[in-house]
Order: sequence, then structure tokens, then C-alpha cells
Amino acid sequence: MIKIQVDMDKCQHYGQCCFEADDVFALDDDGKLVYQEEASDDRLADLESAVDVCPMQAITITSA
Amino acid sequence: MTQVVIVGAGLGGLRVAESLRAAGYTEHIVLVGDEDHLPYNRPPLSKDALAGGVQVEDLHFRRKDSIDDVEWRLGSGVVASDLTARTVTLADATVIPFDGLVVASGIRPRILPIPGPTKGRHLLRTADDAAGLRAELGPGTSVVIMGAGFIGCEVAATARKLGAEVHVVALDAEPMIRPLGTELGAAMRRRHEAHGVNFHMGRTVAEFLGNDHVTGVRLDDGTEIDATVVVEAVGSVTNTEWLEGNDLDLSDGLLVDSAMVVQGADVPMVAVGDVARHPNALFGGPPRRIEHWNIPTETGRRAGAALAALLRGDEPDRSAFTAMPSFWSDQYDYKIQSFGMPGIATSSVVAVGTVDAPCVVEYHDATGLVGVIGIDRTADLAPYRKQLAQRTG
Repeated sequence: MIKIQVDMDKCQHYGQCCFEADDVFALDDDGKLVYQEEASDDRLADLESAVDVCPMQAITITSA
Repeated sequence: MTQVVIVGAGLGGLRVAESLRAAGYTEHIVLVGDEDHLPYNRPPLSKDALAGGVQVEDLHFRRKDSIDDVEWRLGSGVVASDLTARTVTLADATVIPFDGLVVASGIRPRILPIPGPTKGRHLLRTADDAAGLRAELGPGTSVVIMGAGFIGCEVAATARKLGAEVHVVALDAEPMIRPLGTELGAAMRRRHEAHGVNFHMGRTVAEFLGNDHVTGVRLDDGTEIDATVVVEAVGSVTNTEWLEGNDLDLSDGLLVDSAMVVQGADVPMVAVGDVARHPNALFGGPPRRIEHWNIPTETGRRAGAALAALLRGDEPDRSAFTAMPSFWSDQYDYKIQSFGMPGIATSSVVAVGTVDAPCVVEYHDATGLVGVIGIDRTADLAPYRKQLAQRTG
């Protein structure tokens, strides 16, 4: 299992992460980021990409 | 035992090191950077980090565990190279041999030859630059910003936030005109003017006034503006002088193929980020350098895998490179975000809202949609990005 944390003080809701892992990250109708706090281990590559492409570097993932 | 030398310890260099490891390259990697800092995120330097005070530790990128064993050579940049001997030479005269070479040396601000004093003049590329500028900005300070691109406009917004008087001087007709076009550029100018920024468009700085320290500028039409701080944000030049003498075409960065392999080099050599003139199959046309934040990561992933293949004696993956260019900018509370290449468009149309309010603008050329820009409409951009990703040149 992979745990996902987004620092909502840093997040500016650009949604770049949504294009890397749209099963985990999404923008809601108000344009605010919503995300799943856990994902299965086979999502690691896409989640690492989401971490890399975040302009604010607000995403942290840890293997649990 | 082989050795890869990565010239440039910014985002591009970091991503290549990580992708070399991900591609199975387990041997020695040396990362050389001219700054004293580990790789850090530059965009905040004109925005929050400039407003709040620059703490470079807060801007460091996370470094994957896979690169714990790389050797960092920070604080002394590469000044020369010999591709035949397979060596690079650092500013402190150290010579480092390589089997594979990565060009991640990026760009630096252009400096125009303008007469006058030098104290009070600032560039903005590094964390140290930002700290130096921050120290001189405050309520009552009068600032002249040369250039109305993203950096100039972001600094203008931040300086207003800090209470400074702000003048923007630029030769273009409107701010950010190349990426945004005339209509949206004009709309952003009106937003800045509503926040108190004074624009002097179509003008250049002819002279810096003052004896030792800048006290103002004189424009080409004779207008004088009092200012004790000048920020020069008039474009950039590639850091490729260290590659001179190797028979490479350095006229506009380094030409690479879809694998980011440098063309015309007889050694395993890749280039990434701002300095890599690369093809993009989504948009066709000539290879281009793209100075967007997401390009070092996208090109870095390709380049590390390609270099690992070359060092194994394998062919690199030369399938089409189709990364989606993207930029964003924060100015005041406005969020500008773009996908694609609006800068190559021949026409634009406002698709959602109006340009003086939250909006989406589509950019077209003869092949169809080439880019999209939203202001405070991020969530509306996703379908456009999907459409752009299906382009075939």
C-alpha cells in the first residue's frame, strides 16, 4: 500500500498530478484538488511521476 | 567501471541522475553545479519566496533514494570540455573524465550593454539573486523592471505586494505577448495597472543614472524614472560556452533527437531542459528549446534511459517524443496556466468567459488547436489538454 499526502498549504490546485494518476488525484467542480490517501503498490510509477511534476512540490508518497 | 558526468545541478540534472538509476545504470555519477546549492525549485524565486524571504532549504527538490550514492561537486562550474579526450574542466581547474556526458547547464539571464552604474542592478535566476533583490525591496522603494515576460511580471506583482513603486519597461507592445498573444497580454496589463504598476511599453532603457549606485533610468524617448532598484529580465542565453571547441552547433542550445542524444557528438552525450533543442511529435515543425518548468523532467526521463542504453552498447529508444509543454504563473491572486504551444499560434479565440475575468483562450494555427491558456479556470483545461495530446504534428 502507498500512502499519499498533499501539503494543502503549498498546493495551488494546478492539477498537473491529475494527468499522471487520474484515479488518485482530481480537481472538483470548484477547481480544488481532491485525492485518495491510499493507493495500491502497482500505482507507484504513476504516483512518482505525480510527485515529480507538481510545480509546488507539495506531494509526498510513502510505502506503508 | 564507467562514469557519467552531469553538467548542471538543477532540476534537469537531478532528473537525469534519477532516470539513469531507474534504467539500471549502477556505476558512478558525478553531478557538477556552479551554485553551492543542491537542486532547488526556481519558480518561487519571483513569487512567494521573494515575498516571504528566500530559504533555499525550503525549495530543495526531494532526491530519490536511488541517487544517494552520486557525487555532488557544487560551487565550481564546468568551464571547458574536450569530447575527444572525454574530460570536463571545472572553474577550480579540476579535470574530470567521463564515459557519458549530460548537458544540463541551462540558461542565464541576458545582460544588455547599457551604460551607467552597476550597483542596484539585479538579475533573477538563482536563490542568491533572489535574496539579494529581496533585501532591497520594501515599502517606498522605486523599482524599474526591464522586460515584461513572466519573470518581469511576477516580480512586478511581488514588488507591489511588498509596497514598492513599480515601473515595467519593455520593447514589446504588451506584457507576456509571445506566449499570451496581444489580447490576453493587454488584459494582464490592465490587471497589473489596477494593482498600481506603471507600464512603459515600446520603450527601452538607454542609460542607468547615478554615480556609484543606480538612482534612476533614462528611457530611449528621454523619459527619466527615479529608481534605486533595477531588475533586468530581458530574456536568457544558453550556458554552452564550456562546449566550445568541439565542433558542435551551439547557435541555439544543443540539437538533440527524440531520445535527447546530442547530434554531431561522437561520444555518449545527451542534453536536457532549457538547453536542449528537441523535436516534439505533437507539434511538428523544427526542433525547439522550450523554457518551461516541466521540460527538464520530461526530457530528463528520456535522456537518462538513452544514456544508460548507449553506455551498455544498446540503441536508445528513439520513438516519438510527445511531452506536453505546460507553464503556469501566479500574479497577485491570478493563476495563469497553459498547455501546448500557444506561442506558435496564428489566431486565438476566447472560449470561456472574457479576458478581463476568469477565462479560457484557445490558440490555433492551420493544423488546428495548438495551445490553450486559462486564467483562474484550471479545472476547465483538462479536455483541451486531452485534445492537444492527440495531435500528430
